[in-house]
Amino acid sequence: MDNTGGNPGPNSEEQVPKKPVTEPTEAGDGLRRSRRAAIGAGGAAAAVVALGAGAYLAERAGLLPGGGLTIKVNGKDHAVQADPDTPLLYVLRNEVGLKGLRFGCGLAQCGSCTVQLDGKAVRSCQTKVSAVAGRAVTTLEGLGNIAHPHPLQKAFIDQQAAQCGYCIPGMIMEADAFLRSKPKPTATEIKSALSGHLCRCGTHYRIVRAVQAAAGTLTAGAGVQQGG
Amino acid sequence: MGELRRLTPTRRDFMKAAGGLVVGISLPAYVGQLEAAAAPTTGTAPFGPLNVPVDQVDSWLQVAKNGTVTIFTGKVELGTGTLTASRQIVAEELDVSFPATEIVQAITGKTVDQGVTAGSQTMRTQWATGLRIAAASARQALLSMAATRLAVTPDKLRVQNGVVSVQGDSSKTVSYADLVRGGKIGAQLSRSVRPKDASAYQVVGQSIPREDVPAKVTGEFTYVQDVRLPGMLHGRIVRPTRPSPLTASPTALARVIKGTLANATLANVDESSIAHLKGIVRVVTKSSLVGVVAEREEEAIAAAQALKVTWNDPASLPDQSTLYDTIQTTKVNNTRVIANSGDVEAALGSADHVIQAVYMHPYQMHGSIGPSCAVAHVHDGLAEVWSGTQSVYALRTTLATLLSIDPANVRVNYVEGSGCYGINGADDVSLSAALMSQATGKPVRVQYMRADEMSWENFGNAMVMSLRAGLDAAGRIVGWDYQNWSANRGGRPAPPGNVPAGVLAGFPEATPPQSPPASPPLGDDGSNSLPWYTFPSQRVRSYGVYQPWLFTGPLRSPSRLQNTFAMESFMDELAALAVADPVAFRLLHTNDFRLVDVIKAAARSANWQPRPSPAPAQTGTTKTGRGIAATRYEGSSSWVAAVITLTVDTTSGVVTPTQVVASQDCGVVINPDGCKAQIEGNIVQGLSRSLKEEVKFDHSGVLSVDWASYPIITFQELPDDIRIELVNRPNLPALGVGEAVISVIAGAIGNAIFDATGRRMRQLPFTPERVKAALQA
Repeated sequence: MDNTGGNPGPNSEEQVPKKPVTEPTEAGDGLRRSRRAAIGAGGAAAAVVALGAGAYLAERAGLLPGGGLTIKVNGKDHAVQADPDTPLLYVLRNEVGLKGLRFGCGLAQCGSCTVQLDGKAVRSCQTKVSAVAGRAVTTLEGLGNIAHPHPLQKAFIDQQAAQCGYCIPGMIMEADAFLRSKPKPTATEIKSALSGHLCRCGTHYRIVRAVQAAAGTLTAGAGVQQGG
Repeated sequence: MGELRRLTPTRRDFMKAAGGLVVGISLPAYVGQLEAAAAPTTGTAPFGPLNVPVDQVDSWLQVAKNGTVTIFTGKVELGTGTLTASRQIVAEELDVSFPATEIVQAITGKTVDQGVTAGSQTMRTQWATGLRIAAASARQALLSMAATRLAVTPDKLRVQNGVVSVQGDSSKTVSYADLVRGGKIGAQLSRSVRPKDASAYQVVGQSIPREDVPAKVTGEFTYVQDVRLPGMLHGRIVRPTRPSPLTASPTALARVIKGTLANATLANVDESSIAHLKGIVRVVTKSSLVGVVAEREEEAIAAAQALKVTWNDPASLPDQSTLYDTIQTTKVNNTRVIANSGDVEAALGSADHVIQAVYMHPYQMHGSIGPSCAVAHVHDGLAEVWSGTQSVYALRTTLATLLSIDPANVRVNYVEGSGCYGINGADDVSLSAALMSQATGKPVRVQYMRADEMSWENFGNAMVMSLRAGLDAAGRIVGWDYQNWSANRGGRPAPPGNVPAGVLAGFPEATPPQSPPASPPLGDDGSNSLPWYTFPSQRVRSYGVYQPWLFTGPLRSPSRLQNTFAMESFMDELAALAVADPVAFRLLHTNDFRLVDVIKAAARSANWQPRPSPAPAQTGTTKTGRGIAATRYEGSSSWVAAVITLTVDTTSGVVTPTQVVASQDCGVVINPDGCKAQIEGNIVQGLSRSLKEEVKFDHSGVLSVDWASYPIITFQELPDDIRIELVNRPNLPALGVGEAVISVIAGAIGNAIFDATGRRMRQLPFTPERVKAALQA
């Protein structure tokens, strides 16, 4: 449950692109083949080496000679070109190429853009990228992946706690930070912790159950009673 | 063709552009939409055939050399789990395992045109005429091929996991893959094909987990908001504060109704107002549509905020406090007589008691958590759009008109977005992105900002419902007279003028349907205005009122929720008048066994104690009540009931639901957990819309522009105790689950408030202010 961003975790195969573009498809076998081919291609590895020095710079001021910033995301350094005042949300999505955080309102009202900063849940739509230099940013991708899901992610899968799923990354990032401060919460405490997060599909009951399951406090018969 | 192929980037292009970054893996059975779209097309048309033949099995399914069955569906996944259920019914009919199936959704020229994905109709359609029939027809054809190959008659064959074998001779087998060898099945959909008997179901009826969920909870899922093309620019829209640039003077309104009013033109765009900003590529204007395209997303946002735009005398919106009077007194365009049986006036004239009441439903929002987004690439006479639309073919028609491009040179790829619950901005933003891409010649991604989405969405329509009914001396309803007025503007794509972006771009709005219609339809109109109870005489009239103020469009259970709220509340008023138990009173007025069963299932689960409402007088300021509502959704698209228990704080007016029981008969249950998830969603969204939601506006514009000004329900406001009863009918056709139960939530709450307090709430939402006012009246 070390999710403070210091651990490269299960995403260690991910390589840092010079100009990231999010892979635009939920994928089948074809993509798996492509992924292996891409990682074997070698070009990406060079980019990572080049950015290794970025970590050193980030420790000093977060500034790169070209005027860009280096930010540490899911345990890896990324050089970014955004203006310092740019909301972290757009930088993580468009420059780092992550999908585990979403634009919902831009007003810190809905929670779908939630990431963790040094382990604390923050709204990336209201966090300037310059404010995270030298700090550990963790996104949903930093917790786990399909092959190696984080316990919370596994619980969300087990409880089928997503419909459209757009709000779910923020829910999980908030819940993960919350469980670190309160490992065995009651359902009421979970609802309170998630009260700043909106879900329009009405997945609330499953979300609460998933957090309970991850915390090991889900008792049989809790939640929705389902007959028929 | 090289140029054409470049229009759709291939996976290799993405790999190159990404420099090796691969965010998404997984989901072997969940075919990537872009992968599917990028597959080479045949023939000379750049995007394949204009339409895919519906009557050919190969249009619906293909068997690969490795045995994988690829399903092509014209109905899309909106977050409700229909892709999983669709794969289940195909796996069932073909006798292949669920993991051996994969599915491609709605791409024009690649998948059959199954119309709009809406109205809880997906599984009903797939079951009755779509994928189930295609799969059963495919099985029949494959067994015929196998019979020839194995030299036996088809009745000697059985199938397991896609392998056909001869009963009693295990040495004789052939797989589907060997029969087809990567080629076509070459059969037609058969109307006479006999799908499996329910007794043989192995996959249907199982709670198979959804394969999109792991990707959605790990950040590996690609929403339309995540589509990235090489060289892509970012766009944002700039719109007037009022959702209409039209003038609403009486004479102008008359011209609107005639469809002859030209839309007001944009007064001025001051491009110098953003000259100091970085990254601006272009300010795009077309008639009154204004957009800004920039290199980076944050640059487009900053430019859209800074751009100075002057609008030409926008119309005033009506006074919200008199909205319902306005709706009822606005000229009616379209009168429909939906039922007229018996002599209602005579029945009411001789009735023992006659009561009447007027119910009101506000404009409400779809309220997608992710504002609408689309990516478009328009160049060299070709247009390709990635969209969360509910209707790719209709949107293709819209875009072809909008862009003046032949439909054969337009392709719309469905990519799932944030949940839409009806027509949110998904189509509208596709038009915006297409115009901005056409103006720049580059791929452009446009996402609406929160306020864009909220002030310009196709709101669920406001409605007024007026009811009159009479009881005889025995407490039975003898006459039922129902009228409703629905305020509408716009609709689904086809003409661009049906959606705001098209109107702003200068396309005429469709002429509202005029009264009288060519042939007044008698019977079910699909809007739940026809009673689901049986009365000796009844009359149902529905009035379409065109209003030039706000755009409207289907919102989860469109009009059906409004009508069900009014009719189930009024049934309760009549039950109270008859001093009858509300459950017994309903059962007295129906012999529809499916309605009876869901009512009984909900009542039993809620431990309903028979007695009339309101409840006996309660001491203290917290009053407890229970209420029931039921309906036959859309005439025949499922049967639902809900029993809600709640408390009313008579000091604050706050209504707190403590238990919700919902029951549903949706025919055969394909995926029980999937059904339950949808019903949970219906309950939660229903509570939210009943207790909290109302689009606010004043003369100057829409005031509900964010989650503070349009609050929806949160975790802490939900009751702990919800119960779901599925009434499974394995031998009856599958029906919809996506929006049936939400239809009965408002009625059940209103009836429970009456039970608790003796006060009847006739206007949604039931806010504390409104409840308090009713208590003090």
